[in-house]
Amino acid sequence: MQPELAVPACGGNKTDSFADFFRVVFAIIEGEIRKLLHDPLEMLARVVQPAVWLLVFAPVFSSLRQIPTGGIRYQDFIAPGILAQGVLLLSVVYGINVLFERDMGLLQKYLASPASRGALVLGKALSAGVRNAPQVLVIYALAAIISAKVRWNPLAILAVLLLVILGSALFCSLSLVVACLVKNRERFMSINQALTVPLFFASSALYPVALMPTWLRRLTYLNPLSYLVDGLRSAMLSQARSAYGLKVDFAVQVCGLAVLVLLAARLYPRVEY
Amino acid sequence: MSQQSAQELSGPGDATDLQSTGTTPPAIETMALTRRFGSLTAVNSMNLTVPTGSIFGLLGPNGAGKSTTIKVLTTLLPPSSGTARVAGLDIIKQPRAVRSHLGYIPQAVSAEGVLTGYENMQIFAKLYGVHHSVRKERIDEALNLLSLSEFAQTQVKKYSGGMTRRLEIAIALVHRPPLLVLDEPTVGLDPTARRAIWERLHALRDQNNMTILITTHQMGEAEGLCDQVAIMNRGEIAALGPIPELKAALGPDATLDDVFIAHTGSTIEEGGFADAARTRRTSMRRE
Ligand SMILES: Nc1ncnc2c1ncn2[C@@H]1O[C@H](COP(=O)(O)OP(=O)(O)OP(=O)(O)O)[C@@H](O)[C@H]1O
Ligand SMILES: [Mg+2]
Repeated sequence: MQPELAVPACGGNKTDSFADFFRVVFAIIEGEIRKLLHDPLEMLARVVQPAVWLLVFAPVFSSLRQIPTGGIRYQDFIAPGILAQGVLLLSVVYGINVLFERDMGLLQKYLASPASRGALVLGKALSAGVRNAPQVLVIYALAAIISAKVRWNPLAILAVLLLVILGSALFCSLSLVVACLVKNRERFMSINQALTVPLFFASSALYPVALMPTWLRRLTYLNPLSYLVDGLRSAMLSQARSAYGLKVDFAVQVCGLAVLVLLAARLYPRVEY
Repeated sequence: MSQQSAQELSGPGDATDLQSTGTTPPAIETMALTRRFGSLTAVNSMNLTVPTGSIFGLLGPNGAGKSTTIKVLTTLLPPSSGTARVAGLDIIKQPRAVRSHLGYIPQAVSAEGVLTGYENMQIFAKLYGVHHSVRKERIDEALNLLSLSEFAQTQVKKYSGGMTRRLEIAIALVHRPPLLVLDEPTVGLDPTARRAIWERLHALRDQNNMTILITTHQMGEAEGLCDQVAIMNRGEIAALGPIPELKAALGPDATLDDVFIAHTGSTIEEGGFADAARTRRTSMRRE
């Protein structure tokens, strides 16, 4: 074995560094998929939660009182909301992994490699998306079981899948930012809870925005989850109409993700300090 | 590592620097390197030169600043003041080049237990930019070198402590770095596993002229492995040199333990598992 360098570390032209960036992103995603394949039980947990919500709670909620959903059956109305909830809850805890990885030595190994920090963070964020993607399947299956009025158009399903991946990545990078700031698991858990509850309730996941008091309604405009729910609902349900427009919903996810990844990439190496 | 490739790595400005001195830069050179954590000075104005092709040991009691030194050299922590060069590359100005230049094995376990040995190697081969045309070959080569080929497809959580450590070394070799940095490479391992690691490290130095920097607080390890040591105490270098010289300076019958006690005022704890578990997890020692 001759010592030699595999990478011309600093140099390289623009296209090279572009390729390097995405090679790292995909290496991280691939690693996460492989982890999932070694541990399929984890998948099961992700199936049970939305099923319970949709099959048990939805009928209870809808019988309690009449919720004005614009002519959409309440079970149908909250199906995309439950998908969004799954995306939020499972992504927002993802950041704690970075603290576990630090306490092992994995984070140090990642950071001691020449890989771009942005690529490492985006890889982690999109991995959360990939991990949540099977939920789309679950929700559609459940929707079929409760015979919801679903758009079975492949493009619409693709839009739902993309939104789930983007939304997961967005909330995962938010959670990475929190983890890198608090640096400690206990504080991470408590801050996370303080963050998740308002994100969830200041969105139209469970009830229409029209039902909210004005101040809460204003907050929904600042909440990326509102746009995710809006996008998921309008893409998934044949009777639903988008409040912001699907393009806006996508744009908010992409821009929010970009900002949070940039921020997380700055903070990521500091977890070690 | 040749001077030529060091030049390729550094910017044009530095290349002329290297040419003007006309010699291969040392593997590591620290210049008044200092790292503070709040009011605590973990590494205090350290000046150290590690020659290319040597196995160099940083010795010291718990908390002496060994890991901190290594984290600064591997660009994981920025220095508070001073700087260091790795093969002539500045850790502050050329951090990415420094990173490509070294393989690092942290004090804590740094492999994914759920993944197989091969999958772990694959991730890092990609992070280090090992070209796909040679990726498999390099991974096989490194696994073979550490006698792990037959366990390549086994999940790492089923590995023994010694195998895990060997895998971590294999991972660190996948991009063929000229410098290997190991933080407490054999802590928690039984004597056989420890000796196996020493043999591999010796072979890497002898056959590939690699420079190897290790930290340890086990005298036996320093004696069995290192050409030169620096004894650290409270962030400073208390003694430096080849082990026989350090011993001779103290008297004809002095052991390395004596040297250590003379320079640090403390004895080395050579504890059992509890000690190993604790020291391999010092990274968890945060508020
Ligand atoms: N991130 C950190 N924040 C605050 N203090 C730190 C941090 N990392 C290390 N220290 C402190 O710096 C000092 C040196 O720590 P370091 O880990 O470098 O010691 P060490 O020589 O590697 O010890 P050990 O043998 O236990 O691994 C210790 O007092 C430690 O508590
Ligand atoms: Mg240490």
